[in-house]
Amino acid sequence: MKDNIKEISLQGLWNNNSVLVQLLGLCPLLAVSTSLINALGLGIASMLVLIGSNISVSLVRNWVPKDIRIPVFVMIIAGFVTIIQLLMNAYTFGLYQSLGIFIPLIVTNCVIIARAEAFASKNPIHLSALDGFMMGLGFTLVLVVLGSMRELIGQGTLFDGAHLLFGEWARVLKLEIIKFDNQFLLAILPPGAFIGMGFLIAGKNIIDEQIKDKEPKAQDTEKAPRARVTSLT
Amino acid sequence: MITEKNAMIKNGLILSVFALVTTGLVTATQLLTKDEIVKQEKKQLLKVLDQVLPSDKYDNQLYLDCTLVEASFLGTKKPHKIYRATKNNLPTALILESTAPDGYSGNIDILTAVYLDGTVAGVRVLKHKETPGLGDKIEVEKSQWITKIKNIQVKSEQDTRWAVKKDGGMFDQFTGATITPRAVISAVKRASLYAQSEATMLFDAPNVCANGKK
Repeated sequence: MKDNIKEISLQGLWNNNSVLVQLLGLCPLLAVSTSLINALGLGIASMLVLIGSNISVSLVRNWVPKDIRIPVFVMIIAGFVTIIQLLMNAYTFGLYQSLGIFIPLIVTNCVIIARAEAFASKNPIHLSALDGFMMGLGFTLVLVVLGSMRELIGQGTLFDGAHLLFGEWARVLKLEIIKFDNQFLLAILPPGAFIGMGFLIAGKNIIDEQIKDKEPKAQDTEKAPRARVTSLT
Repeated sequence: MITEKNAMIKNGLILSVFALVTTGLVTATQLLTKDEIVKQEKKQLLKVLDQVLPSDKYDNQLYLDCTLVEASFLGTKKPHKIYRATKNNLPTALILESTAPDGYSGNIDILTAVYLDGTVAGVRVLKHKETPGLGDKIEVEKSQWITKIKNIQVKSEQDTRWAVKKDGGMFDQFTGATITPRAVISAVKRASLYAQSEATMLFDAPNVCANGKK
């Protein structure tokens, strides 16, 4: 049980990260990551949809015949996205306006249907909820890192527009780190998203390589005596 | 054959149940959030109206008093909303939604408040797709530029001050972006001219915002 939780968390956050490994949901990711707050907003919205849809799919997994599972999943996901969209429209109006078209587009985020099909339709509720949370968190983290990178390089600020997400008091959160007379457009425009994304994936691969480099040695020392043992017998 | 038919009926039923449940949930949320959304939209509208026209210039409920017009002066053929400000039941100003069709990347929707003598009280950009970092300085969140268009009269069609400096006018352009401010300035000028020439007609037109909707 504990192993399960650890495994699911690790899968969602790192080993099978929806953006860095599965490369899913790139359309909203690349479009919305122009600033940290936008990224955070869409990340949280996607995460809520993921958790909700994973739980619902898992709840009904025994009653939905295989032939019609896809339309049922799509219906559940579309329902959740619409609900989240309405809630955001009502309670975070500014953010709703600045994310605009990308909220309804969460429906088309392949991560969500992929998790419904690959995980939630085969696993009990609590694990599915955890999977949704971790996959969503993984997605949000990458979004936030990419958003911060682009905002910092492009505008020299962080947390610009925080009041859209947290209310007027949050204007004070805005940090002006570097002062530009003109913004560095490359980072804010779409190419910046692709370049930043490339660096993130490369970074993850480097870290994975380093981990791998360390591991085989440990295995070797373990294997060596075993080999001797078998040769002796 | 019969089992296949049964399976189809069963699947159909299951699908309909799901459709009903999800639609029901969405409807419930919509009902719950409806009032809040209307409230937010109204708040947003009031905020913008307040920015373009000082609140001591009118005493009517601005957002409840508007008319819809289609006029080429307002940029595009689609109907635009015009709010009517009155004080002591006397007309004082018009707030016009209009479109600059000649932005650098598509339409720029603006809101212009015009006093009866053609003086522009204030302007805000409602929606645009201009280049971030260059043309988007027309947004008040990004730059103070738009607030400079304030209390300046449009005297006539030939009023050459209503242009960017590069074209011999009185308004700054941005480094690297002249098309965007040029489009905004000329849209404001056209809106003001339209308000001047049609003021009587606009104030007499039926009110379409009376119920707080739209």
